[in-house]
Amino acid sequence: MLKIESKNVNFNYGDFQALHDISISMKENTVTALIGPSGCGKSTYLRLLNRMNDLIDNTHMNGTILIDGQDIYDKNTNVDSLRKNVGMVFQKPNPFPKTIFENVAYGLRVNGVTDKKEIEERVITSIEQVALWDEVKDKLKKSAFELSGGQQQRLCIARALAIQPSILLMDEPTSALDPISTSKVEELIYELKNKYTIVIVTHNMQQAGRVSDNTAFFYMGKLIEYDKTKTIFTKPTIKQTEDYITGRFG
Amino acid sequence: MKTNFKQIKEKIIETILMLSSAATSITVVLIVFFLFVEGAGVFNKKPIDDGFLLAVSAENTVHKLQPSQIKDIYDQKITNWKELGGKDQAIVLFRAGDITDYYTEEELGENFEFFPDKINELVAKTPGIIAFFSDKYKAKDFTGRELDIDKIKVSEFLTGEEWFPTAQPIAQMGVKPLIYGTLWVSFGAILLALPIGLAAAIYLSEIAKKRTRSILKPIIELLAGIPSVVYGFFGLVIIVPLIQSTFNLPVGETGLAGSVVLAIMALPTIITISEDAMRNTPRAMKEASLALGASQWQTIYKVVMPYSASGITAGAILGIGRAIGETMAVLMVTGNAAVIPTTLLEPVRTIPATIAAELGEAPNGGLHYEALFALGCILFIITFGINMLVEVVTNRKSHKKH
Repeated sequence: MLKIESKNVNFNYGDFQALHDISISMKENTVTALIGPSGCGKSTYLRLLNRMNDLIDNTHMNGTILIDGQDIYDKNTNVDSLRKNVGMVFQKPNPFPKTIFENVAYGLRVNGVTDKKEIEERVITSIEQVALWDEVKDKLKKSAFELSGGQQQRLCIARALAIQPSILLMDEPTSALDPISTSKVEELIYELKNKYTIVIVTHNMQQAGRVSDNTAFFYMGKLIEYDKTKTIFTKPTIKQTEDYITGRFG
Repeated sequence: MKTNFKQIKEKIIETILMLSSAATSITVVLIVFFLFVEGAGVFNKKPIDDGFLLAVSAENTVHKLQPSQIKDIYDQKITNWKELGGKDQAIVLFRAGDITDYYTEEELGENFEFFPDKINELVAKTPGIIAFFSDKYKAKDFTGRELDIDKIKVSEFLTGEEWFPTAQPIAQMGVKPLIYGTLWVSFGAILLALPIGLAAAIYLSEIAKKRTRSILKPIIELLAGIPSVVYGFFGLVIIVPLIQSTFNLPVGETGLAGSVVLAIMALPTIITISEDAMRNTPRAMKEASLALGASQWQTIYKVVMPYSASGITAGAILGIGRAIGETMAVLMVTGNAAVIPTTLLEPVRTIPATIAAELGEAPNGGLHYEALFALGCILFIITFGINMLVEVVTNRKSHKKH
């Protein structure tokens, strides 16, 4: 079943056109990796999926993006509930200056969950889901800043999972992490695939190869090639893709 | 040789820089020192004009009176010595000028040379008398008893409820109404300015489009550059009549008018500082909140406001600081009655307004003059405390960050 469907998406920052005519579809419970050199538009595309680009002044988007068949750029779309359904993990771990517990509970509280017991259960479940529970169970009341970078990033993933989205967007989630933390996050992505549709932007070719089912290669704001990860990495049909993957440019 | 010249040049520049900062620091210290030396002088004085005395008959059993009691006597609120712990005897008030009620001009002599004797005689024969006169009229064989008057005490100065620094025979140096007036007006101002300022800051930093912001921000900053006398004039012409008609008051010059004018004056400080603090909220923090399905408003009050809380506090405190020290505008609109206010709809008088209004009339080095300096000390202590508070608040912020 198609989870995300983009048709002829164009996007402008002022006069600069960052995305040209992007059409791409993603199936439910798959991991899609977006790769490409810096400034190719992959992050911009990712941020269109939860309308994060709305926050930037003087931008313009046209085309259609459907999530579960609904046009998310429709006038009647409730952006807040869209974002609740489409969770996001950022490049740098960005926990709130609150306790570990409150970080994960934040999404629940702003979405109107008031039952104390329910909040507690969902916070614990989410932290367990990201395999962080054993490391933080004794310091839930401590500031999230006391955790290491890798732990903070997993906490941010837990925070996104707590509100039970169906899609998880990840914008270079491991670029600020050390190799061990990175492999932990990758393992996590692999497990989360069963329940979520994941779109991940990455600069790390090996990572894209390890975690994703499909890979999309962006270059200069255009979607050059989109196929099964295996195909892209073994026999890409377009020369540019091959050059990038083999490290000849980018 | 060349390097030597360079070194000397740098040494000279260094010395100049050091001297200018030293000069600034020394000036500040000197001003504070001068203020406190002058101000402390008031506590070394009696609240009676130099060279005057209060005397009672030798038979009178009352030895000591408080300044407020003396005032009540001369205001005829106390009319019997019994009320002061003395004998049951009506009090007879006497000032030097009243002498002609008792003696003819011939009896006093052509050049008032018998004046001291006659006062002596009068005090001796009137057991209930309290006499106020210059000590040059005090006879050598004066038989009455000079009343002991205490020096002004710090506690009396701070808690006294009446401010009549030039009252005769005894000055009333109670600064409580002035302190209250200052605090009431400032508190009212902050109560008005904080919600409006905060709302404007939120609008500017979080909601307004870049273009709107680039127009509004300079206008708000311009507010800070208007001379305070212009604010006072504006208050006098617009706000005072408005308050008078709205609340149906006999006069519009009230604490509220002062609060409104000060609120307008404090707004730019509050808006600019809290807006800066809010804009410093990391974008990542706001995006994290929005990405979790929080609305913009939820993000503002759950992420932006807590994150910038110390900046907002600093803005508010600096705003109060400006309000407390403000003189001219307040002097023009508050009515300046030295009474302890019970509501903001009464005339009040603030410390800076008192100093500005009275310093010109106070003789240099006199009791009144020094009392005004003591008022300055109190104001300094209040604003110093406020600045310390800002320091503590902003320090707490940097602790939190690292």
